[in-house]
Amino acid sequence: MLSSETMLEIDIAGIKMKNPIMTGSGTFGFGEEYSDFVDLNKIGAVVVKGTTLLPRCGNDGVRIAETPSGMLNCIGLENPGVEHFLSDILPRLKKYDVPIIVNVSGNTVEEYGQLAKILDVYGIAAVELNVSCPNVKEGGIVFGTNRDSAAAVVREVKRNTSKPVIIKLSPNVTDIADMAVAVEEAGADAISMINTLIGMVIDVDTWKPVLGNITGGLSGPAVKPVAVRMVWQVAQVVKIPIIGMGGIMTAEDAIEFFLAGASAVAIGTANFVNPSAVEDVAKGIQEYLVKKKLTHVSQLIGQLKVNK
Amino acid sequence: MPKIAIDTTIVENKSITDDVKELIVYAPKIAQQAVPGQFVHIKIATGEPLLRRPLSISNVNVEAGTLSLIYRIVGKGTAYLANLRTNDEVNCLGPLGNGFDLTCERPLLVGGGMGTAPLIFLAQRLNPRTTTVLMGGRNKAEMFWQPMYEGLAKEIHITTDDGSMGTKGFTVSALPELVKANQFDRIFVCGPHVMMEAVAKFAKEHEIPCQVSLEKYMACGIGACLSCTCVNKLGDKRKKVCTDGPVFWAEEVL
Repeated sequence: MLSSETMLEIDIAGIKMKNPIMTGSGTFGFGEEYSDFVDLNKIGAVVVKGTTLLPRCGNDGVRIAETPSGMLNCIGLENPGVEHFLSDILPRLKKYDVPIIVNVSGNTVEEYGQLAKILDVYGIAAVELNVSCPNVKEGGIVFGTNRDSAAAVVREVKRNTSKPVIIKLSPNVTDIADMAVAVEEAGADAISMINTLIGMVIDVDTWKPVLGNITGGLSGPAVKPVAVRMVWQVAQVVKIPIIGMGGIMTAEDAIEFFLAGASAVAIGTANFVNPSAVEDVAKGIQEYLVKKKLTHVSQLIGQLKVNK
Repeated sequence: MPKIAIDTTIVENKSITDDVKELIVYAPKIAQQAVPGQFVHIKIATGEPLLRRPLSISNVNVEAGTLSLIYRIVGKGTAYLANLRTNDEVNCLGPLGNGFDLTCERPLLVGGGMGTAPLIFLAQRLNPRTTTVLMGGRNKAEMFWQPMYEGLAKEIHITTDDGSMGTKGFTVSALPELVKANQFDRIFVCGPHVMMEAVAKFAKEHEIPCQVSLEKYMACGIGACLSCTCVNKLGDKRKKVCTDGPVFWAEEVL
């Protein structure tokens, strides 16, 4: 029997993780914000806030709205820019024994390539391509909802980095399986899914949208069934590993994603509610494995029983 | 000072007016460490609403290990809070944010509406300095604060929009006379944004250092989600209300 230390160890596209629990970009800052609550050395990987070539101040007006079992956000990629990340933030993160994955967002295919090249340095485990930020007008979603442009971004990034390339897929598409196949063919090493679902809330007193950006990205438990379904669909058609995310609050939620075919999961909105969620979910999965007399988390991946 | 998230219980949730309540939460470590101007982020133990609710600390009782959180029932979250009873479970995350700068000798505290709540804790910690409190609200029914400042202020001035209590008008209209009669070396203001802007403008004109306490919708409360950032008047990088604030020097954010 494997020890409890190793039963969660996993390798995603060459990224060695102590456990398959990662953090969702934009929900965990740069990791340090959570150091009072979580031992960063015990997380599978930290995926940092979406980073762009130049600093961005994000959207004006109200940026979040609570919804039934979820929330909408329209932060608009506020971030200090890639150079500041490398010079001021990464050196501090290097003291932790945890893979750092940088989520990047570009306005053009070339910008994704530039970002990947700048980030092809020691201390960074992988890049995650945000081709599906629903809150930035000039880019993002355009790449994420078109198979050819998503593939073009992946190819450009692959040409510019030696790191594993993860692409985060948008659920706001007609056929997510088709998108997944396209990015796998283009050379993506792994897929993160899902990004937020576009939604909106209206204030019936003022007849105005609640969010400053009118629409925002829906996350939290409300989106989980959609995310699980999409992971399951994509797992049927690609060989590259899937990092499943969307409304995971508990170990049981995460296990649904593994059974649907995810090789790892990311915790997002739950971090806002329970700042130690990442560790709590990892612990819960370990307990579940023991209870089910399983020796390794990989024994769950894609084991959904359909018509069996 | 590390932030903590603790599972705890409600000691009391008592009504002050029809729509204002005081929640007493048992959180000894937070009560011990908290300073005026800080807040806690409260999650009701089970189910809805999903997100925490930020509540400013109105006062602490270090001996009893409790926090006093005065809130108005304004939406879904506070309606849920209002239904909590003694011994109900909550998770309390705190103490969060930066508090007021207490390096002053003759402070004026200006509270508008629910913004008057965190100034009670401030007045307590400023004691025994000579403190003047100016508080404003829409009407007499909203001005229930006076007994809470008992023994904490040299004088209390009240304005109401409709004149049903104190002087008719806004807090800012009472400022010229107060400043003429006293040598204030600091103004602390907490209340509606327009009121804080007016008070900060007045403070600047009279060269009195002024601190404001901002309120914004937030999800995490610990600087990660960036829901609550605001424009920084003194630099390029936006300020996070949750971790850079909620207390700021007026010129930073207004």
